[in-house]
Order: sequence, then C-alpha cells, then structure tokens
Amino acid sequence: MQVIPIRTLTQYEAEVGRVLQICNACRYCEGFCAVFPAMTRRLEFGKADIHYLANLCHNCGACLHACQYAPPHEFGVNVPQAMAQVRVQTYADYAWPAALGALYRRNGLTLSLAVAGALALFLVLAVARNGSLWELELGGDFYRVFPHGLMAGLFTPVFAFAVLALSVGVYRFCKDVPPGPVSAAAAAEATADVLRLKYLDGGHGEGCNEADDRFTLARRRWHHFTFYGFLLCFAATCVATLYHYGFGWRAPYELLSLPKLLGIAGGIGLMIGSAGLLYLNLTRHPLHGDAAQRPMDRGFIALLLLAAATGLLLMLGRNTQALALLLAVHLGVVMALFVTLPYGKFAHGVYRAAALLKWAIERRRTSKLGLADD
Amino acid sequence: MVDVLIIGGGNAALCAALAAREAGASVLLLEAAPREWRGGNSPHTRNLRCMHDAPQDVLVDTYPEEEYWQDLLKVTGGQTNEKLARLVIRASSTCRTWMHKYGVRFQPSLSGALHTARTNAFFLGGGKALVNAYYRSLTTLGASIRYEAPVDRLELDNGRFKAAFVGNQRIEARACVLAAGGFESNRDWLREAWGRNESGEWPADNFLIRGTRFNTGVLLRFMIDAGADVIGDPTQAHMVAIDARAPLYDGGICTRIDAVTLGIVVNRNAERFYDEGEDFWPKRYAIWGRLIAQQPGQIAWSIIDAKAIGRFMPPVFAGAKAGSLPELARQLGLDESRFVATLQRYNAACQVGSFDHTTLDDCRTQGITPAKSHWARPIDTPPFYGYALRPGVTFTYLGLEVDEDAAVRFGGKASANLFVAGEMMAGNVLGRGYTAGVGMSIGTAFGRIAGARAAAAIKEHA
Repeated sequence: MQVIPIRTLTQYEAEVGRVLQICNACRYCEGFCAVFPAMTRRLEFGKADIHYLANLCHNCGACLHACQYAPPHEFGVNVPQAMAQVRVQTYADYAWPAALGALYRRNGLTLSLAVAGALALFLVLAVARNGSLWELELGGDFYRVFPHGLMAGLFTPVFAFAVLALSVGVYRFCKDVPPGPVSAAAAAEATADVLRLKYLDGGHGEGCNEADDRFTLARRRWHHFTFYGFLLCFAATCVATLYHYGFGWRAPYELLSLPKLLGIAGGIGLMIGSAGLLYLNLTRHPLHGDAAQRPMDRGFIALLLLAAATGLLLMLGRNTQALALLLAVHLGVVMALFVTLPYGKFAHGVYRAAALLKWAIERRRTSKLGLADD
Repeated sequence: MVDVLIIGGGNAALCAALAAREAGASVLLLEAAPREWRGGNSPHTRNLRCMHDAPQDVLVDTYPEEEYWQDLLKVTGGQTNEKLARLVIRASSTCRTWMHKYGVRFQPSLSGALHTARTNAFFLGGGKALVNAYYRSLTTLGASIRYEAPVDRLELDNGRFKAAFVGNQRIEARACVLAAGGFESNRDWLREAWGRNESGEWPADNFLIRGTRFNTGVLLRFMIDAGADVIGDPTQAHMVAIDARAPLYDGGICTRIDAVTLGIVVNRNAERFYDEGEDFWPKRYAIWGRLIAQQPGQIAWSIIDAKAIGRFMPPVFAGAKAGSLPELARQLGLDESRFVATLQRYNAACQVGSFDHTTLDDCRTQGITPAKSHWARPIDTPPFYGYALRPGVTFTYLGLEVDEDAAVRFGGKASANLFVAGEMMAGNVLGRGYTAGVGMSIGTAFGRIAGARAAAAIKEHA
C-alpha cells in the first residue's frame, strides 16, 4: 500500500487555491497565457499543482487588469500576486542546501550591493597591497594584476556551486511536479517558449501590462536584451577559455577578436536590458506581483547592470592607469553576481523553464475532464 | 459646450462615444461609477453573437442571418422587432473590424463553452479587457471622461435635449446619448415590478444581481416620467440560476451552476418542478432564473451524484457533499422523508438508455411529472452533492422604444438630438428570453448608431 503524505497548504498556497477555484469557474483569461489552459485541466488544486502553476505564471499582469473580480471586488482576485507569493516560497522550499533557502527572502538590493562592494573593496585592497593599483605599465594585461590561475581558482568553484545549487533545486521541483516523459516536440516547444518569452506577448502579440492596462512589449524586449546580453558575455568567457586552454592563446585579446566582440556586444545588451527592466520595476503598477519581492528583483537587476557597466568601463580603460582598479571592481561585482545567483531572482529562469516543459508535455495529452458545454 | 454628451460608461456608451468622436464631434462621457467599477455590466460579458457567411478568424463554419433571426425569434417567443433585430444581426457581421481598431481582441470559444464556437466571438480577456481597450481608445481620441458622475435628470425642451444634471451641476450639450443601463440594481423598482405572489412573498427581494450595483434606472425612470415612448415588461430580464451564496452584486459569470441537466432540481418542498433535461443547457440556462423566481421562497437546489463530477463547469463555491441522500437533505435543510421520496420516485422512473451528454440522448423518465426528457440517470452513486440556487438578474428589458435611428421618441415623434443605446433599449429586440452574446451585439450596433446620429444631429442644427 502506498502512503500518500498529506501536506497542508501554506497561507499563500491556500490563496492560490482559492483564487483558482474562482478562475476555473470563469476562464475569461484563457487566451492570455499557459496558466489558465493548464488550470482548466484540473478541478482541484493540490500543493504540487499550485507550485507548478505558480512557476508557469510570468507575472505579466494581463489577467489582473482584465479581471472582473480584482480588488475592490469582494472576491479580491489577484492571480499574479498570489502566484508570485507562492513562487518565491517554492524557490526557498526546493533550495539546496535547504538552510540557504531563507536567503531568497533577504536577498535584496542592499545585500547585493553590499556583497559587490565588499568583494570589490577586498580585491582593490589586495591589489593595492602589491602596489600595482595605479600603474600604466600593465599594457592591458589582466593577468599581471590577478594571475590567470587565481582568477580561475576563484570563479570556477563559485560558478560550479551556483550551477549545482540550482540544479538540485529544480530537480527537487521536478520530483514534486513530475513533468512526465519528454518528447522531442515538447522539449522543442518549451525551449522556444523560453527563448522567445512567448508568454510575455499577452496572447495577442501586443505584450503585457506594466504601469496600467495598456499593453507593451517593453518587458519582453528588455528581458531579451538582458538574457541574450548575459549569454553573449558567457559565450565570451567560454571562447576565451577555449583560446587559453585549447590553443594556448593568452589574453589580452585584440579589440576585434571574438571574445572581445562577444563581450562588448553582451555588455551593451546587458546594460540596456537591465536598465530597462529596472525602470519597469520601479514604475510597475502597485498591484502587480508581490511587492515584498521587489528588493530581490532589484538586487539582481542592479548586479547585472553593474557587472555590465564595470565590464564596459574596464574594456574602455584597459590601457590606462585605472586598469587594476577597474578590474578589481569588475571582478568583485561579477563575483557577487555569481555568489547570489542561486538564491535570488535568477532562480525564476530555471523554475519557469521546468514549468514550461511540463506544460508542453501536459498539453499534448488528452484532458481527463469531459466538461459538457455550459 | 460639448457636442455630444454620453450618459453611461458600459459597452453601448463607449461605442457611442467612439462613433461620435470619429465623426468629429467633441465628446464628454459621464460614468456614474468610480473608475475601478466602470463599465456597467460589460466587464462581466465575454462574447458577441456574430452573423457570418463563411468561417472568420475565431469563428468556425457559418451562422447566416436567417438562422440567427430564427434563434432570436425562438428565445423571445416572437416578442421582438424583426426590422431592428435584423439590423443588429447584420451589424454583428461587420462590427468586429471596427472593434479591433479600438483595441478589442478576439479568441475562439473558451473551454467549457465550445457550443458557441460557431456563433460567438469571445473577447480575449473578457469584457473588462474590452472596456479597458475602449476607454484607452477614447482617451487617445481626446474624449473627456468623468467618473462618479451619475446623471439624475435631464432638461428637455419639447423632445429636444438641452442639458443633464449631475446633482446640481448643469451640463449642456448639443446632442446626447442615453446608455445608462437597465434598472436591475434598483431593489425597490424590482420589488414593485414583481409585486407580491399568492403566498404573500415579494419574490424580487430574493433576487441576486449578477452585474453592477450602479444600474439603478434613475434615468430610465426619468424618461418614462418625461413621457418618452416605452417598450417592454418590467418583470422581463435576462435571468439565470446562480449559486445562492453569490454576492448581492457583481457575482458575474462564475456564480452560475451548470449541473442542472446532469441531475434534478428540487424546490423548498423537496419537489421537482421542471424538466431538467428538456434541451441542451446553453439553450435552457436562461429560463431557470425565472423558474426559480416562481418557486416558494425563490430558492431551489441542484442535486447530483458522483457520476456528474467532471462533466460540468466547476462551480465557484463547493457544494454540500454527503454520503447518503438523507444526510444531504439534512445538510440542505430540506424535509428528509419528502426529499428521499422524490429521489426514489425519480430514480425508479429513469429508463435505461445510453447516456451521452453531447446529444439529446435516450435516458428519460417514465411515469413522473414533470418528466426529465434526457440525461436522466438514477441519482444513486455517493457522494451526493447539492447546490442552492437563486434567481440571478443580468439585466432588465424595460426600455425606451426606438426605430433604426436610435432616437428617443415622444408620442411616436423622434427627438432630433436625444438617442438611446444598450440595455435602455435592448427590450426592442429582446422582449423576453436570452441567447448568449446578443446583449453585446445590440449594444455595439445601437451604440454606434446612436453616437453617429448624435454627431450628425449637431451638424444639422449648427
């Protein structure tokens, strides 16, 4: 006999359950995104369903502005807010190591900036102790400030830990919310949904809501700049690693070399995107999402923006006396970004991707419900 | 002075305002509600019934004018005006391009409403998304909008509109469109209209209002008293059976109980009173509000068993759930022995057939009155469920009589600058009964006519 553990819903999960029972009897929002068609395949909403649907929600705001039951209606339906409150809770619940899950609640703007500042200061002081903080003789060679081995030795474990922590988290999520066997078509669709940010298109291609009930593609576009900018920066690092270890070509590279071009394009994209997202975050309608999470959002966006800005400054100032200082600051910021990566806003990407994969699989199956026409 | 004054803030008013504005008139729209409650009943709507002679974007197959007209004729029992009905039907075949221009987006039928895939175009995001889009478009076009501006009376001069009063404030305009809704939220008026029944009850006291609390009919009453030509019966309305626990106002779509055809419905005496399986639910849902209004206490209970679960739209509130019929009766507060006797009689009368909820199947009762003509299966599989039902009024049909010009009439003479649209005149087309999406078709067609005529009226008198 199989024992099914009864897990009671948290306050936020219970709110999602309450709201979805209203939504399931209404269904007007079915065309906006995947959450509502996924909802209509269910009559009851258990803990796992709620976790899945909360992570499927992109917090676009369309269903709030279109809702006949939104506040001040006595039903007080606010789907994006209820989903956001559960979402951050799922990140914490599935976090590895579990004790660090609490960081999601504390990972705000101040903490991010403090970590970045402290690490930068530490590196600046370390360089200063060597007396090489303000030198013209470096010739753009980072490794004369920080030897290659030291940089690799610092960043590899931090990056590897971030990957491991997020992988364990999303693995636990998938164990709770099993997506089922993956077909090639479902995997391709989920990938496309992630890469295109399909569900920020509002269902009509005109985008989502930001400050009011007007639709705009701004968030989708700024997010693309951010995401692809980040990927280009990452690609720059990968290519440089290949150059270093594969071909024995040592940095610094020419301005027109592949790592430099990728890094510059990525840095510019990341700056534009994160600045745009920060603006949208600051001007967002007060009822959108969970206001308590805005510090976490801003902490992550600020680190992305700072990483891009310091990276570009470093590129511009590579042949000046400021090289060592700029490098120390940039490395400090990047280090802070990766240290906080698994316990901050970045997590939304991996959990959302897992939820989208589940949706791509689920929607290919025939619904068990045979609802008659009403 | 503004050219065209629009009184009201729902679909018909917004269509009138947009039409007047696009004809070049300056427009002021007065919405009685505050901004967050704007739009009258329109935020609760979801689709538009559309004529089409070939598949159109979100609409499959065809829905020709004649079929639409026959549907309307059937539900109204002939209490309609063929000329105006056909005008609405024809307008519904072309209005969506215009709606799209002002930001309304469409989608195919929602899950659970697939029977309308051919006849009804659904608004993406529902009626509130439509209302938001129209208000945005009006703002872009430079119309003025005032919220919390209920008009309580007009100044008329021999059938001509002069000014409207919001409290003591007098607002003049060259022409005016009345689109301020029916009187469904005016409890006193409903009480007076429905009167007292033989048992001494005031049935309307037990009605719930599915839509806005702002449709109090103040302007409609003013116009009737001012001698405008009136059409319709004040007890006629779009009324459906809704969950008795629904809020008094604005319960909207989600309070509907769609389990009726899958079980039986009993009144306060634990007796059945109507054929639950007479026809498909979409063709019958609109009569059940009235049926329940005629029962003692204006209440009834939809009773189903486990076999029905998953076959109807999930209700917003959980039903009473019991392991046995006597227990269910106790939970519902019904006489236990009478309830069980009714169920036993019904169960015994169910003829064996092959159940199919998607066709008018052969599962029917024999030897009981009223019969259940289709989908009659014994209610014998626990758990059993019960949902208390009340009449839910969507909108009333008493209104101002119009012709194709949407002009308000006094003794048969059309006003030169006063027009009417929406629920305030829908009774011309809908004398009784209802079919999904036709209210929005009427509001859109006559809203646009009223707005355009109002804009034209200014030029004629310039």
